[in-house]
Amino acid sequence: MSDAAKLLVGSAVERMEDARFLSGSGNFADDLAVEGMLHAAILRSPIAHARIVAIDVSAALAMPGIRSVITARDIGDAIPIIPLRLAPLPEFEPFCQPVIASDKVRYVGEPIAVVVAESRALAEDALETIGIEFESLSAVTERGASETPLFDFAEDNVALRYDAGFGDPDAAFASADYVRTERFSVQRHTALPMETRGLLAEWNSLAGRLVVTGATKVTFYNRRALARMLDLGQDDIDLIEIDVGGGFGVRGEFYPEDFLIPFAARKLARPVKWIEDRREHLMAINHSRDVACELSLACRSDGMILGLRGRVFADMGAYIRTNGGVVPAKAAQFLPGPYRIPNVSVSVEAFMTSKTPVGTYRGPGRFEANFFRERLIDMAAMDLGIDVAEFRRKNLITEQELPYPIDGLVPYEGPTSYDTGDYVEVFERALKEIGWHEKRHLQGKLIDGLRHGIGLGCFVESGGAGPKENAALTLEKDGSLTVAVGSSVLGQGLETVLGQIASDTLSIPLDRIRVLHGSTTLLDEGFGTYHSRAVVMGGSAVLDAATRLRERISEQASNHLGRPNSELRIVNASVVADNGASVSFATLAAGGELQADGTFSNDVRTYSYGTHAAHVTVDPRTGAVKVLDYVAVEDVGRAINPAIVHGQAIGAIVQGLGGVFLDHLIYDDQGQLLNASLADYLVPTASDFPVLRAVTLELRPSPSNPLGAKGAGEGGIVAVAAATANAVAAALAPLNVEIRHLPLTPPRLWRLIKDARERATNAA
Amino acid sequence: MKLPPLDYICPATLTEAIAALAVHGGNAKVIAGGQSLVPMLAFRLAAPSVLVDIGQLPDLKSISISAEGIDFGALVTWRDIECDTRLAQVHPLLAAAIAHVAHYQIRNRGTVGGSMAHADPAAEMPGIAVTCDAMLTIVGPNGTRILRADEFITGGLSTVLEADEILTSIRLPLWKKARRWAFEEFAPRHGDFALAGVAAFYDIDAQGLAYNAHIGVIGVADRPMRLPGVEAVLDGRRIDADVILQAAAAARDAVDPADDIHAEAAYRRDLLGVLLERALARAADITLPEAA
Repeated sequence: MSDAAKLLVGSAVERMEDARFLSGSGNFADDLAVEGMLHAAILRSPIAHARIVAIDVSAALAMPGIRSVITARDIGDAIPIIPLRLAPLPEFEPFCQPVIASDKVRYVGEPIAVVVAESRALAEDALETIGIEFESLSAVTERGASETPLFDFAEDNVALRYDAGFGDPDAAFASADYVRTERFSVQRHTALPMETRGLLAEWNSLAGRLVVTGATKVTFYNRRALARMLDLGQDDIDLIEIDVGGGFGVRGEFYPEDFLIPFAARKLARPVKWIEDRREHLMAINHSRDVACELSLACRSDGMILGLRGRVFADMGAYIRTNGGVVPAKAAQFLPGPYRIPNVSVSVEAFMTSKTPVGTYRGPGRFEANFFRERLIDMAAMDLGIDVAEFRRKNLITEQELPYPIDGLVPYEGPTSYDTGDYVEVFERALKEIGWHEKRHLQGKLIDGLRHGIGLGCFVESGGAGPKENAALTLEKDGSLTVAVGSSVLGQGLETVLGQIASDTLSIPLDRIRVLHGSTTLLDEGFGTYHSRAVVMGGSAVLDAATRLRERISEQASNHLGRPNSELRIVNASVVADNGASVSFATLAAGGELQADGTFSNDVRTYSYGTHAAHVTVDPRTGAVKVLDYVAVEDVGRAINPAIVHGQAIGAIVQGLGGVFLDHLIYDDQGQLLNASLADYLVPTASDFPVLRAVTLELRPSPSNPLGAKGAGEGGIVAVAAATANAVAAALAPLNVEIRHLPLTPPRLWRLIKDARERATNAA
Repeated sequence: MKLPPLDYICPATLTEAIAALAVHGGNAKVIAGGQSLVPMLAFRLAAPSVLVDIGQLPDLKSISISAEGIDFGALVTWRDIECDTRLAQVHPLLAAAIAHVAHYQIRNRGTVGGSMAHADPAAEMPGIAVTCDAMLTIVGPNGTRILRADEFITGGLSTVLEADEILTSIRLPLWKKARRWAFEEFAPRHGDFALAGVAAFYDIDAQGLAYNAHIGVIGVADRPMRLPGVEAVLDGRRIDADVILQAAAAARDAVDPADDIHAEAAYRRDLLGVLLERALARAADITLPEAA
């Protein structure tokens, strides 16, 4: 019934949040200031593994402006434990993190005390006076490197092992013409959102209610967790989401501070604000990646893959946090990728070390798995004398084979299948975009002192996790629309996207729509933003609510105009009857509230897919890599806003290139984090990788949801290491250098080249 | 990352500033652009009780060129150097080196005096000052002293500056017109501290032979330094590919860098050789056959 010419879904509408951000009118956690507000700073363990013998806070308490110093003793005998939100395997539970260290510290950065003061600076001054007597224990910084168990109940530091798979890999490997096994690894790094975490907790002692502002990602889940820990009813707590400067998976999970700051506010009956500084961010926020893999591929001599075996080893850090074993489980699950591999076995070992705990970061496990597999595919193709593109083409799952089941690779998940797509067509598009046929003669060539390489990386990427999302739409008295949704907004443009969906259904212009999101005050229940689910789930819930609201508007209009529904059209925020009579939404809403709830439930996942291609040069004398051209091609099913999807893709590529070349959390053998500042932890800046391209396709909509959308936030990062490392490897192939480990820093590439030369010299 | 408790004073004259430093002894610290000191304060790696801001002192913000040399007031910023169109002619080596200093925001505030006084071993300005035999003017309660840059820097992040002294200006000797020169540095990202860097110049005599060679390096030791052994390879020679390779080999032998989280020592040593080859080839305007 609406005017099809003006549909916003599918058009590159300017983001309605941008004016707010660009004019400095955003409202972020550090912008919050309320009467009587105190400031918290957290004393974090300076050593990796130790028993806490004594804590002396007397000097701190005596300092001016200090209102409280909270340690485990103040919290009580039973220190709350941060629960597993995802992958709740019972094996992990004993390794979950207490909200504050009581008898032992297990990583540098673990909270030991909270100082609450009249200013953050005073709080930090007081931190320096807290005396802690430690009894030092050996740090555990590698797998199997130490006999020291980090947990008294455990015999070793392995939290979980499992095997999974399908087909008959043993037979496949036994009968294969060709087998190659390699070890790969991706270094520990993290997402580094521009805005660090921050919270303002306000306790109303009269009402016995708590309001925490600065929450995001999974606010409803976090409210339940916090209510249990504080022994409050969930309805006694509001978690409020305001503007968020980036999440990428790490921000918004339940962290120790999500308990400690509300606890302090209640204890003192004063508002307490905490803003994470960048130094503590680097040691406190979830780290990620840090996965090693021993991967084997079995092929026929013609390059047909017969089987794959992968052993995944994941350094989980000192505790299992909310994401459980998602990182290693997904690193194992995505090892087969978009290829027809009938026989697969994977094993996962998640082990504990004296480092910051690990959680999910954009493309968790996928970034790693695609790197491992795509590297090994290049090695195998090279060994077999088959062009690397032809090798992939031969093994990619064809459209006729979809849906393609990949059951049984994750023990805590049910059956799942790659849904729809044309993997080959997208692959060919990437070849065309990068100029594969024209440029492949450059592989390994030395031109003006630089070696050229072009690399490919194919992927499938899951998104749209269930179980559910909710939305509520209200037509306000002035005819404007309020959309409330359980999804979280972390700067990704979701306000605009959800507005577009509502606008099309209700024919209300975007500037008359406001989108409220994330806060627990908006809805009875919400499920949040992760796993590229906000458009698939939240968007579909908004669509459902909009459709229902539209019906209600029509009903009201029918009464008002005295015409049957069949004679009514919705045009530009009015209902028009065939006889020319019309009534505006504002008039209808003035007569009484018009509201509709919507929901979307789903237990299947979407699978976007694509291919990345990179053209790089390597200076073999310095190890410097320059990205000359990069293209990511992905079929996202349906792009609600192509400009936003494009921005997501480009941003994700940059972030991924950071993971390939720069980002690296470096620990020494004492468990000290050596680069907890942005002078030493290097991230890509806007000018580091200027030539990036993304092609978003809408070839095959998702069958799982009415929008046809597949997740689009992570496909831009998941194959970056794969394609880029393959390009670097191709450039250096004439020097007999193989790439197995990230990051590819200039000194590390230089070392690989030097060692290869020395091997060649010794062999000669 | 809040600053430790401290007082702040902003004197109007050099005399007042020195007096303030003298009163507080070792507990006072001079601040100019704050681009090194403020992060150190935020990390609480430095905890002076008083900051003496020299930002308002007169006469320290100009770049003047005379027959005596090129004088930089201590408060001259990287941006001032970048924008001074004379410098590309008058001291092209300096202009080239300063293009590598840090990122926009830092370039607007960071000062040459601050960089010299901080004496980071990978910083460009101290490297140029040492390479070019810059003379530094230091004012204290007992008057003025003038030191050559290599006498001024005594080690990693350390100088001869007394607690009550202020570095007020840096004089680079005048640049010869036909001088051969190049600056090369390598950093993980543009603007980062160099993993290694080379500033090189020499003059050519009537026979076409090099003399007065100055080869300075940064990022490969605890301080910037000249490499006399490398200079000796160049002086009196016609600069060709062979000489350049000899010089690069001498440079690799001359330094003994340390391992750190950014690079192993062997990398920096080798990188220095590569950078010197490239610098000298560019200075001599010849193309080296690239080993690869």
